Parts: sequence; C-alpha cells; structure tokens
Amino acid sequence: MITAERVGRASGPSQPLRNLNRFFRRHPRAGLLTLLTPPVAWLLVVYLASLAMLVVAALYTLDPTSQKPTDELTTSNITDALSDTNVWSLFGRTVLVAMSVTLICALVALPTCFFLAKIAPRWVRRGLLVSMLLPLWAGYMVKAYAWRAMVSPAGGNRFAAAGRGGGGFMESVLGWTPGYGRVAVVIALVYLWLPYMILPVYAGLERMPTSLLDAAGDLGARPWRTFRTVILPLLLPSVAAGSIFTFSLSLGDYILPRLLVDGKERVMFGELISATLGAPNLPLAAAYTLFPLVMIVFYLLAMKRAGAFENL
Amino acid sequence: MADFVASTTQNNDSPTSPAIQLVGLRKSFGSGEHAVHAVDGVDLSIAEGEFFSFLGPSGSGKTTVLRMIAGFELPTAGAILLEGLDVTRAAPYDRNVNTVFQDYALFPHMTVLQNVEYGLKVKGVSRSERRKRAAEMLEKVRLGSFGNRKPNQLSGGQRQRVALARALVNQPKVLLLDEPLGALDLKLREEMQVELKAIQREVGITFVFVTHDQGEALSMSNRIAVFNHGRIEQVGSPREIYDHPATSFVAGFVGTSNVLSATLSHELMGVAAPHSVRPERIRIVRDDAVGADVVVPGVVSDVQYLGADCRVRVDLDDGSHLLANVPSDGLVGVAIGEAIRLAWPRGAAFTVADTTTSEGGDQ
Repeated sequence: MITAERVGRASGPSQPLRNLNRFFRRHPRAGLLTLLTPPVAWLLVVYLASLAMLVVAALYTLDPTSQKPTDELTTSNITDALSDTNVWSLFGRTVLVAMSVTLICALVALPTCFFLAKIAPRWVRRGLLVSMLLPLWAGYMVKAYAWRAMVSPAGGNRFAAAGRGGGGFMESVLGWTPGYGRVAVVIALVYLWLPYMILPVYAGLERMPTSLLDAAGDLGARPWRTFRTVILPLLLPSVAAGSIFTFSLSLGDYILPRLLVDGKERVMFGELISATLGAPNLPLAAAYTLFPLVMIVFYLLAMKRAGAFENL
Repeated sequence: MADFVASTTQNNDSPTSPAIQLVGLRKSFGSGEHAVHAVDGVDLSIAEGEFFSFLGPSGSGKTTVLRMIAGFELPTAGAILLEGLDVTRAAPYDRNVNTVFQDYALFPHMTVLQNVEYGLKVKGVSRSERRKRAAEMLEKVRLGSFGNRKPNQLSGGQRQRVALARALVNQPKVLLLDEPLGALDLKLREEMQVELKAIQREVGITFVFVTHDQGEALSMSNRIAVFNHGRIEQVGSPREIYDHPATSFVAGFVGTSNVLSATLSHELMGVAAPHSVRPERIRIVRDDAVGADVVVPGVVSDVQYLGADCRVRVDLDDGSHLLANVPSDGLVGVAIGEAIRLAWPRGAAFTVADTTTSEGGDQ
C-alpha cells in the first residue's frame, strides 16, 4: 500500500512526515529530546523512584496492633537497624562472602582469560568461551539445587540419592566435599557469577597488544614480573568492571546460600531482609536494605576510581 | 657515552665471533603438507657494530628471523649465536638484545621516563643510577623534557624515539628494529633515517634493521640481506646490491631494473643467461656512433615525465620491453610510436640467476 502510494507520488514520505523530518533537521536538539525522553523517564520512574520509595518506606511506622505500616514518619527503624550488633555482624559476613567470591573470580579469570586470549588456538578459544558462558543459559533455581546435590555430605539427604557413596557428587567423585556451609556458598557463587568476570577480563586482554608482553620480556622481565608490572595494571579496569557484577550479585543473593547452608546458619543479609519482610515488618526490612545500598554506592565509587567505567 | 665505549671494548675481547651468527635457520608454521616455511634455511653472519638491514617484501621471512633472534619465536631447526654463544632456545629475557617494535609497544600506563628505565629497573639498577641513565638517553633522542608525559601524549615520531631510548639504555649487544619507521609519514621517516644512522654511529651498537623499503635499506645500511620466500637471495653492501644484483628478484626488488631473458641476452650479448640492466644506464641513440655498445631496436610505447629525467618504455621485437631513464632535455622529439634504438655499455649488464617465481615477489 505504502509502496503504491510512493510510486504514485514518486516523492518519498508523505507531506506531514516530510514536514516532521524538516523540523527535526532544523532543530537537532528537539530530535535528541524526543529520542531520550522515553528511556530517561523509564530510568527515573522504575529505578530512582523505586529506590526513593525504599527510603520512604524505611521511615514508616509499624502499627503494633494491625501489623501494618502507617504513613506516620519515624527514624526509629533506621536507628534500630544501625544499633543492632547482630545486624552489623551478619552484614559483615555477607560482605566477606561477596569479597571472597569476587577475589576468587578474579584469580580464576586472569589465567583462564590469558590462556584464551593469548595462547589458545582459535577453535579452542571459541569452544572454551562458549562452554564458560553456557551456565548463563540454565535457570537459577536449577543451578542452586544442582549445587545442593554437588556438596551434600555423606549420610546427607534426598539429593544425595544419585551419589555412589552416601554423599553427593563431590563426595563420591572427588572424595571431598565442603559440606553445607559458607565454603559451599562461596564456591557456588563463584560458579554462578564467574562469566561476568570472564567477559570483561577477556575483552581487556584481547585489546592488549601482544607486543607489550614481548617488549617486557625483551627488556629482561620474567613472566611473573611481566604479569605484575604490565598485564595487571593494564587489566585493573577490566577486573574492576567484572567485580562490580560479581560483588553486587553476590551481595544481594540469599536463595542459593540458604539452600547450601541447609538451615544451619544465616550467611547472607538478604535472608534477614526477606525474613523481616515476612514478619511482617516492611519499614524495618526497608531500613535493612539501606545497608547493601550504601555499600554498593561506595563500591561503585571505588571502582570508578580504578577506571572500571572506561571499560564498559 | 662512556658506558658505550666500555661495552665496545668488552666486545673486543672476542674479536673472532661475529655479533650474530645464523646457521641453517628454519621456521615452519603448521605441519605435514600444510606446513608454511616462513624461514627456509638462512645462514648469515653479522659483524660487530654493523648497521645491517633485512630487506624484502612482506611475507619474505625477514621479520620472523628478527623475532627468532629476539627470542619471541623458536626456530624449527638451526642455531642462533650471539657473540659465539648459542642462544637458540634461550628466553627473550636471557638474551642481551633489545627490540624496537613496529608499533613501538610502549607501556601505556607508565610515563616516558618509567618506560625508558623499565629495563634497568628489572635488572636491579639503583633508582638514582637508572633515573640518570634514562634521562641521559632521553636527552640523546631529543626528548629530554618529555619524561613525565604518557605515551599517548606524544606524536608518532616522538613515540618512535622513546622506543629507541628504552631499548638503547640497556646497552644491548645488538639492537633489533622491526620496520620502526613504517608508521611515520614520509618527511618524518626521512628525518628519522638520518637520525637513526647518527645514533648508531654514536653508540656503536650492532643494528639489525628490518624494512621493505629499498630506499631506506640502501641509504642507511653497511650491509643488506635481501629476503625472498624465506631465503636470502643476496648479501652485500648497498652498492653491491644495487650495481650487481645477484638474482633477477634482487634486480627487480631493489630499484628499477630491466631483466633480459636468456634468449635475448644470447642474441644481444652472446651469453645465454638472464641479464639485468639499470634503466639509467640505457640511452636512446639516433646515429651510428655506438662503438662497442650493445644496441637493440624498438618502438617507444610510453614516456613518463619524472622531472630531470624521463622514463621511456620501449617495446622490443620479441614482445618484451625495456625501461630507459634519459635526461628530459635530451628527449626532444621522442614521441610514442616512434622507432628508435637503445644502447648500453657492455659492462652495464650483469648476469643474474633467475629466481623470480612470481612477478615482483609476493607483495
């Protein structure tokens, strides 16, 4: 239909459309505004407004009889949360887990990506990259339960049925398992978030000219020194970029950790928020969320200094 | 400067060993029938203090030989000796050679001064000493005031000189330069040619210079090795290479040359082997005053004006053609399509081995 019309007039778009084109060509700023308004509005409403709501919710008062928040504002939720040492120690443990996961991800990603980007033949590189990104395709819950079956100890539980001994996959194949607990949580989180570290580090190494490594060796640097003085400083922004993902994703995770500690202890801060929300105490739960929120803001600022955003 | 004198006298302790010796050097990539022989049997001896050039088209193996001398590639067969010492399998950091890379390979996160002192720092030279030597070297390459800049704040020519300073400050036995002027524009390249040569004379270090630019090789080198298809076609001084090319490939690659087929050579000069004649040795004759010169008739098919000279293309009866460079003012009246005669002294033609497998090499 449109084609027929165009052929008929032999003059491209219709008159109103052409007027619109002319308007935007004469007023480039108006064009920019039209393009940017929808995504900016979306950002403002969905992200910033919901964050603002969180802060406002933390100021609500819980009505003791109805157990419902009222819009009478108070700071007592926040002061309660801040003065509770148990909350602080749980948050400390969570940050420790997130930091361990990030550190281990970086330690695994660096040599792996070096091999991928600088040593492996092309077909090996493709195969390995795909296989390392493949876990991203599996559902989160599937992976969480799979890890429960992996680490479950001897004499364990229903997930261990597949194992030859009494234990899960690690117990029967490796002869060792961390069992349920914090170690298992860290291992499983490393598995979950490693691709987010691999990708930026690989991209960073890919961009680094091999002649820089040749030059360091040529000037007398042994491999370790080349790594320390040339590769690592140049890759720092990439590692920082990857760590934003691994750190924040680990910090907020609590479902997989809950499965992997088998109810023995509370490792992740998110569990506390979730439990408080179910209490139900929405204002206090909102106050708790400010802990990771502030933490992430500081983390992002630190990573910005490390040059992470020049790399994204 | 004193340091370089000292290192030169040290080198004289073993006057019998050349700076670099390559023995039956080979490098193949891949294996079996698909193997590519990038370097196919190279024997070479480079003397102490020489400015030695590897000249050849891209893919001729010259850069691979350089990378094997530096230690970045391991040879498939053969040996590399540095001052008589076998370093064939030694790691790059265990060889007393330094490299100036084609892309300069300056460390982008370090300042110019940190780049230059990197090698000294690795070797454990004290802070004050290495600062002093790095600053001196930067002075020598006329970048004395640029020490605190980052490489990305420098121009191409300046980066080039930093790369040179970074390598030279280590006082290597041999400096390897991998097409170091390739990324510079013509004017800067010509300046750097003069400057490089001057620096080499001053420091007295053996330079091995890889280039595909024959003008560069001719103007800078003491000796040149011409590479083609992983082999050396000829080694000699620039004058030898230019005046007496050993093979048809060298004759064609270095400067412009006419290669006469064996049949034509036999007909004209009585020797049944390919000959090479430089265009500037050929003149157009209109009378019979040719004496003992070789004379061949032909038809002018093209005239290229080059300024002082003109390059005249003359088609011969056997279907081949010759190029002759003649002074522009002696060319009055020569028109395309005119039948003329070309002549050159007997001594101007040299027999060459026929090695041209494909027209003009693989470039």
